[in-house]
Amino acid sequence: MTDSPQVKHHGSDMFEGYPVDTADTAGDQTVTNYTINFGPQHPAAHGVLRMVMELDGEIIERVDPHVGLLHRGTEKLIEYKTYLQALPYFDRLDYCSPLGMEHSYVLAIEKLLDLEVPARAQYLRTLFAELTRICNHMLNIGSHVMDVGAMTPNLWIFELREDCLNFFERASGARMHSAYFRPGGVHQDVPEKLLVDIGEWCDKRLPELFGDAMSLVIDNRIFKQRNVDIATVSKEDALAWGFSGPMIRGSGIAWDLRKSQPYDAYAKMDFDVPVGTRGDCYDRFMVRVEEVYQSAKIIKQCLRDMPTGPIASLDRKVVPPKRGEMKQSMESLIHHFKLYTEGFHVPAGEVYVATESPKGEFGVYLVSDGTNKPYRCKIRPTAFSHLQAMDFMCKGHMLADTTAIIGAIDVVFGECDR
Amino acid sequence: MGHPAPLVAPQSGLAAALNKLLGKDLLAHDFAADEDSITVDRDAIAAVMIALRDNLEYQQMMEIAGVDYPERAERFEVVYHLLSVTRNHRLRVRVTTDEATPVPTIVPVWPNAGWLEREVFDMYGVLFAGNPDLRRILTDYGFQGHPQRKDFPLTGYTELRYSEEDKRVVYEPVKLAQDFRNFDFLSPWEGADYVLPGDEKAGGTGEAPGKGAPTPLTAKEVKAADDKAKAPPPPTPKTTEKPEQTGAGAKANIKAAKTSRDGAKAKPATKPAKTPATEKAPAKPRAPRKPKGGDA
Repeated sequence: MTDSPQVKHHGSDMFEGYPVDTADTAGDQTVTNYTINFGPQHPAAHGVLRMVMELDGEIIERVDPHVGLLHRGTEKLIEYKTYLQALPYFDRLDYCSPLGMEHSYVLAIEKLLDLEVPARAQYLRTLFAELTRICNHMLNIGSHVMDVGAMTPNLWIFELREDCLNFFERASGARMHSAYFRPGGVHQDVPEKLLVDIGEWCDKRLPELFGDAMSLVIDNRIFKQRNVDIATVSKEDALAWGFSGPMIRGSGIAWDLRKSQPYDAYAKMDFDVPVGTRGDCYDRFMVRVEEVYQSAKIIKQCLRDMPTGPIASLDRKVVPPKRGEMKQSMESLIHHFKLYTEGFHVPAGEVYVATESPKGEFGVYLVSDGTNKPYRCKIRPTAFSHLQAMDFMCKGHMLADTTAIIGAIDVVFGECDR
Repeated sequence: MGHPAPLVAPQSGLAAALNKLLGKDLLAHDFAADEDSITVDRDAIAAVMIALRDNLEYQQMMEIAGVDYPERAERFEVVYHLLSVTRNHRLRVRVTTDEATPVPTIVPVWPNAGWLEREVFDMYGVLFAGNPDLRRILTDYGFQGHPQRKDFPLTGYTELRYSEEDKRVVYEPVKLAQDFRNFDFLSPWEGADYVLPGDEKAGGTGEAPGKGAPTPLTAKEVKAADDKAKAPPPPTPKTTEKPEQTGAGAKANIKAAKTSRDGAKAKPATKPAKTPATEKAPAKPRAPRKPKGGDA
């Protein structure tokens, strides 16, 4: 740098009010790192995420995510509720895919009880779990593209999310917090017309609207510039950091609990597991896009193969009787009363049941002491592992890439903070 | 068929492999509900984890859970859930500890243990020796106590609100309009482990705490009995798909108006069917009830 021409300050009036580097080396400016708060009220933080970021100019040096701003003590509350009363708390964990949360919990209870579930209930749960996956991916894909600057696709595919929520409403009466999966089966049978409508929707509206919206994004130059080679995660890192779901598949590991450890009716389903090749944000995004089509395929198979029959176990010590039955039979009335006051007792033991929720492995570690309340219910959120990896994923990227990285993680704080 | 929960094939020869690999660090191994769990020596946990990862292919550590058993000498259990994506198997690894004894960290083995250990520390107060960043994680900044402990009340100790006078959020002791109600459902006739007031002389039931009413029948038997008892369905199912089927049409309105105009007179139009039960009226009015109470 010795032969470079030295730039002299042209009088002090030009730099008045600014801290001027007095060292006389040309072009050299010492910029100290500075620390900023990203969130907790930032629209691209997908909830209440506070990230303390150390920046070197616009380059991220260090990220320290602060979570827990939405901590509601769900696990503590569950210890004071009967098994059935605790179920609605799961809807409120990941409020973007409520039925995916319920799924792990009811399966954990059924595993402890060793309860058989009728085939129709299993198909219904599989169907609605996949509908939930579509519903969740619609929100995530839409907000991801919006985080990196595209507005239109989000508005279009929110229509599809609305359709999904309407289907949930027709099945359970509630758009989001359905409490539809119950230990032993599902709460109610669905109307025949609903199944027909879901089938038609999967055939026509979903591929048309979703295909249109994705055609705007997938090959879009700006979208690729914002996502390709951002936050690349190798296979080894994905394993070491406990990644799951689209995050681990984006890194090229074909790991899907629906395939490897099938539950409910997934063993009978034929579907593909998409994987990424580079492990960047674009791959994670594309994995989700393909999963939507695969989910639609599973839904079609469920509709085709769904048998008739009871929609919940007929074990009256676990599943309450129908209202009509209660009007006829004293025994049913007693069962109903006992199940809604005392609840059912679950044999002592412990299980860890994990399902493939739309965001990854959602696990429930349930410890029972033989009473009617869980002794301990530890919820394994998907976001905890992924968010923890923010630091190494963000390092060396620009500040503006943070939104793409968070979008590709698909984080929801109801679930992360519990 | 059994339960529909995720199917994980049991691994034959796992017990022998674990025994060989861990030696005296392996304190117990049990297989219940199709899941393998092992208890290992607390001080050797890091070495055990490395051995399990490198020799038995448990590549992923999915979860660390704390469990509190206040009646035990070492009241806390720290439970690690490992997953092998190549062998498609899960393994639960347990260590026990108390409030004062730290558990060696496994952050060098799996980096995602960092937050999970922080969470167990936050919730239970279990210390992890060597964790580089053992701050609280889920609770509020400046929170005191460890909320998941069994002796921590569900309501907590403080509540916060925005104070208009102070223009900031203030913390206050919890005031509840109604006490938290926690019902004891361990019913006495199924063997509660306490003596009911007045039963002291009887010497207790001597039974173990019950697990609720047992299911006498299998689901199949219940269904068979239900089918047998079921009345045949009506010839035309009662549906309300069209407005006229709801019974709220124009005709129904006329009918309803008529009934109310005629009042009580309209009612006896349908002759009450005389059943043997109604014919046999009670012969004499029931004797007034004797007041209860008193030893008499």
